[in-house]
Amino acid sequence: MSGILLAVFSVTVIGVLCSIMLAVASKVMAVETDDTAVRLRECLPGANCGACGFAGCDGYAAALASGAGTATNLCIPGGDPVSRQLGEILGVGFVDVIEQIAVVHCCGHSGNTGVKMEYQGVASCSAVKQLYGGRGSCSYGCLGFGDCAAVCPNGAICIEDGLARINTRLCTGCGLCARACPNGVIYTNADSITTLVTCSNLEKGAAVRKKCSNGCIGCHKCERECPDGAITVVNNLARIDYSKCGGCGRCAEVCTTKCIQLASFAGIFRTEHNDKAVDSA
Amino acid sequence: MDFRALIIILLSAVLVNNYVLRQFLGICPFLGVSKELGSATGMSIAVIFVMLMATAVTWPLQMYLLVPNGLGYLQTIVFILVIAALVQLVEIALKKYIPALYSALGVYLPLITTNCAVLGVTIANINKEYGFAESLVNAFGSGLGFFLAMVIFSGVRGRTEDSEPPEAFRGLPITLISAAILSLSFFGFNGVIENLFG
Repeated sequence: MSGILLAVFSVTVIGVLCSIMLAVASKVMAVETDDTAVRLRECLPGANCGACGFAGCDGYAAALASGAGTATNLCIPGGDPVSRQLGEILGVGFVDVIEQIAVVHCCGHSGNTGVKMEYQGVASCSAVKQLYGGRGSCSYGCLGFGDCAAVCPNGAICIEDGLARINTRLCTGCGLCARACPNGVIYTNADSITTLVTCSNLEKGAAVRKKCSNGCIGCHKCERECPDGAITVVNNLARIDYSKCGGCGRCAEVCTTKCIQLASFAGIFRTEHNDKAVDSA
Repeated sequence: MDFRALIIILLSAVLVNNYVLRQFLGICPFLGVSKELGSATGMSIAVIFVMLMATAVTWPLQMYLLVPNGLGYLQTIVFILVIAALVQLVEIALKKYIPALYSALGVYLPLITTNCAVLGVTIANINKEYGFAESLVNAFGSGLGFFLAMVIFSGVRGRTEDSEPPEAFRGLPITLISAAILSLSFFGFNGVIENLFG
């Protein structure tokens, strides 16, 4: 009987000693793990893409938690929801995430520009581009066969009246369409831009007038009227420097051919057709 | 106990009595963690460390507590208890003082708690009636043997992952077959120690 008691006693003692040792060790050698960083990390998508400029999501969370005033709107994949969550944890206000978005620098649909030939070949922009620079009278603009729509992973692009239109609610700014466009009329830009030159034609004003009623004729009016000096006309085409643009929209007001448009993205680029696509999706 | 005897114990633990390839202990991490050289190395270093620590604690426990009191039958349960507590302690200490190593070892450290190779070494030390220093050398050698097997096998795994064996052999079967061939090749070390030092 004493044998079993001794066995139970010694195992118990060893167990208790071990547990005391572990308890003491966990107190003495406790590492102050930053709870905030862990919670911040849970909000982040975990893509480790590096878009925030830190070494992965862990790095960004640690930088945020360190209290050095790191901005909460740096996570591009997470977008606004993640920015809002980060702001709540840190107790700072919500900061809008500057997302990338694709924009079409052309407004030539069937209503304002014409065609120079009847094209019956392969229905693709890159094919039609081989024939005299496209079927449209303007060889700089949207070719209208939807090479961009074909590569878009989100179904955000559709062709309406021979012009590519981008649903900004579905667009993630990946830039695949910009690379697919043979004429290079699609660019990715920050979603905070307020005005957009919807023309890519580099010809002189008179030539542009003959081809498209909304083309940029290089009249310099926007350049003169812009209070921020953000617009310059280069090669007969107005270009907006968004780092200087204050977003007043004056250029869109004065534009002779209405080729500079207000890029209120709920407005001009989102057509009824696209809204239906969103609702059914 | 001379230096020569310790060398013999070390070499035979690494090559002749290799825990993974000759005694088939610790197969779980051998198959599970050997896909990449980096994690295989990390796991092996952790195993070496824990084997040494476990031997340093369990040998006195056996000799001065269990045997004198006639409690030899408690060996397994006491050893497991002590090894588990030790691994936890090592984990806490590493987290505090060497965070880099802690994050490198990651999940492998707690895994060692249930690694039968560690328990095997401590029990083998008792069964072979080694002294304390001999036990430590044996533990270190066993750990080195584990390291050697892991590193070699991660190289083999790299080749089998890239090659295209018949469909029935893909994945685990080809891994087990290559482990068996590697194990066979270690039989070549039979008698090496006797001929070197004998």
